[in-house]
Amino acid sequence: MLTEEQTLLLEAAGGFFAEQAPVALRRRVRDDRKSKGVDAGLWRAMGEMGFAGVLVPEADGGSGLGPVEAGLIALAAGRTLAPSPFLSSGVMAAAALAGGGEAERLGALAAGEAVIGLAVDEEGRHAPDRLTCQAEASGNGCRLTGAKTFVLDGAAADAFVVAAADAEGAGLFLVEGGADGLTRETDVLLDGSQSARLALEGAPAQRLGGADLVERFLSLGRACAAAEMTGLAEGVFALTGEHLRTRKQFGVEIGRFQALQHRAAHLFCEIELARAGTLKALRLLEADAADAAFAVAAAKAKAGQVAALAVQEAVQMHGGMGMTDEADPGLYMKRQRLLDRLLGDADQQRELAARALGY
Amino acid sequence: MIELDAFRAETRAWLEANCPASMRTPVASEEDMCWGGRDFVFQSQDQRLWLERMAARGWTAPEWPAEYGGGGLSHDQAQVLREEMARIGARPPLVSFGVWMLGPALLKYGTEEQKRKFLPPIVRGEIRWCQGYSEPGAGSDLASLQTRAEDRGDHWIVDGQKIWTSYADQADWIFCLVRTDPEAPKHLGISFVLFDMKTPGVSTRPITLISGKSPFCETFFDGVRVEKENLVGELNRGWDVAKYLLGHERAMIGAMGQAANARPLGELAAERLGRDDAGRLDQPMLRARLAEFDVDAFAFDAALEETGAALAAGRAHPAMASVLKYYGAELNKRRHELLMAAGGSDALEWEGARSNGGAAARDWLRTKANSIEGGTSEVQLNIIAKHLLRLPGA
Repeated sequence: MLTEEQTLLLEAAGGFFAEQAPVALRRRVRDDRKSKGVDAGLWRAMGEMGFAGVLVPEADGGSGLGPVEAGLIALAAGRTLAPSPFLSSGVMAAAALAGGGEAERLGALAAGEAVIGLAVDEEGRHAPDRLTCQAEASGNGCRLTGAKTFVLDGAAADAFVVAAADAEGAGLFLVEGGADGLTRETDVLLDGSQSARLALEGAPAQRLGGADLVERFLSLGRACAAAEMTGLAEGVFALTGEHLRTRKQFGVEIGRFQALQHRAAHLFCEIELARAGTLKALRLLEADAADAAFAVAAAKAKAGQVAALAVQEAVQMHGGMGMTDEADPGLYMKRQRLLDRLLGDADQQRELAARALGY
Repeated sequence: MIELDAFRAETRAWLEANCPASMRTPVASEEDMCWGGRDFVFQSQDQRLWLERMAARGWTAPEWPAEYGGGGLSHDQAQVLREEMARIGARPPLVSFGVWMLGPALLKYGTEEQKRKFLPPIVRGEIRWCQGYSEPGAGSDLASLQTRAEDRGDHWIVDGQKIWTSYADQADWIFCLVRTDPEAPKHLGISFVLFDMKTPGVSTRPITLISGKSPFCETFFDGVRVEKENLVGELNRGWDVAKYLLGHERAMIGAMGQAANARPLGELAAERLGRDDAGRLDQPMLRARLAEFDVDAFAFDAALEETGAALAAGRAHPAMASVLKYYGAELNKRRHELLMAAGGSDALEWEGARSNGGAAARDWLRTKANSIEGGTSEVQLNIIAKHLLRLPGA
């Protein structure tokens, strides 16, 4: 169960996003191409609340908390589809920079001023064990050559964490947004966020760590993506429940029909499982437990499957209104699709889970 | 925390010294379970010893107050005990409807006298209980039950029939729902009473299931005398007791969805069906289904930990037990479907030592009742819709 502090954090974050980042904010960001897919004001406010720097050490201006707390913030953000770079910057970049030596940038992250894009995937697929992007040592740093796609928050980013292979295997590298040899093309995605495709031709970079760091960085990202999807499922389910209680057809609220009651009740159970599994994975990550790898894969697979069910039921049960751009279920549906894809979809997570279990 | 660590060390040492080696092997069949009761035949001296030693500490009912024979442990201590028992693979010393279902109801609704009379023999495994709820005409609509208790001053005379009474033919006493006011609305005329199965007029008939086994009975009452002192809770308010007890039953059936110390299904399947060059189970379609199952089982275990603890502590809505019951039952059915798929043709054996008496097939068939007994899956969904989602008219 959550500790008292964690319960308070979840309540505070829930209240914050409901007030500062209702679904209407994502809609506004989506409709304003110049926003680059994030709301800068929201990100700064998250800095003031201590959310942006949840994983940044206190010495560097952050809150110095762990995976569970980061997950709770992601969960609360998911409920209202908050358009912040929390996953890319607050969670994954903070984890990548944890090795040290980047005090100033960590401070900017914690303040909600820096946005750091996430460059892992290549050629439209998530295969971090088959990286083609290469790093070569050069002077004090190194140079990266290769191409990246689906770079999360790539339009707004002032720097990138890039996964690339060097002589030792997979590693993480920091590349400045304005670096020589880097070209960036931005893409507007279905949920209104803006990613980038990067071409790196000997772009100067700072090495942040090797395979262990990559592993931890991916696990943390996947677990928090699972948390955001759990929150997303909760958020869209609340809309569906309200609709079932108020929408009338045949002279009665449609929530009176057992055909819908049973589907809603089943979905409720699924969301309970997604939440419990996600919290368990976050706790195991925090404890650095041996079975954390399986738990994270299982949690993301479960949250992905459940959130997919939640958005599909939401659109269906909202009827024709669910198909309109004016109603919110569609926004949830689009964001869910992106979060499931991010860092490996439910199918890939199940593959990882099966391997972790030895079959 | 320090106290809990001390308790753990002490518990570990005690279990090490007192749990017989033969009681640290997996429960392979029904015969390995210790049900207790007046007529129970122990499978071995070790089984008897293990029950007696645990009962002497009250650890067959760890969280019940010590004054009624229980262990008097806190919830955290009881969790430590469970963990330490799991660590050495200790079998449950007692499998008991008295511990799981009747005890909690007596602790909440029983009189002081009833608690003193009935709880200690449950802890010691001396009296085996069965549950008289369902009737031929009252399944999902349990509250429409017709077994009648007629007022005769200081006692009632009970007439009627129950069905699906688990192990009624082996039970010593029954906790039973009877209609004490036929005029009242159906939920408000039911009482919860206790009586000895040896009372004249009680008879049972086992029902053979598709598994070939007979864990359930039909139970008949023909002019059975029941003393009024054995009424639990208020007259005509037995439905409250019944609902409370059903919550415990549901949590118990839900827990079947948990894979306690079980070997991973994928490993078992790979052993039977083979692996490919990369070491993966050689049947990709089955492998995908197994992975889907393992993901759900992981999430369910987490929910059981989280919600189970909250339910026990009274911090969760009682209807959350229906979430665990519904999902656990469906999950257990899926587990056994996969076990049959993973078992190859050997899983089709019905008799013989090699298949442990056709255990795989019989267990698979038995699980089909999981989503029927203790309230069907559909009834659980109704409860969730009504109490947790507050949908209109549910």
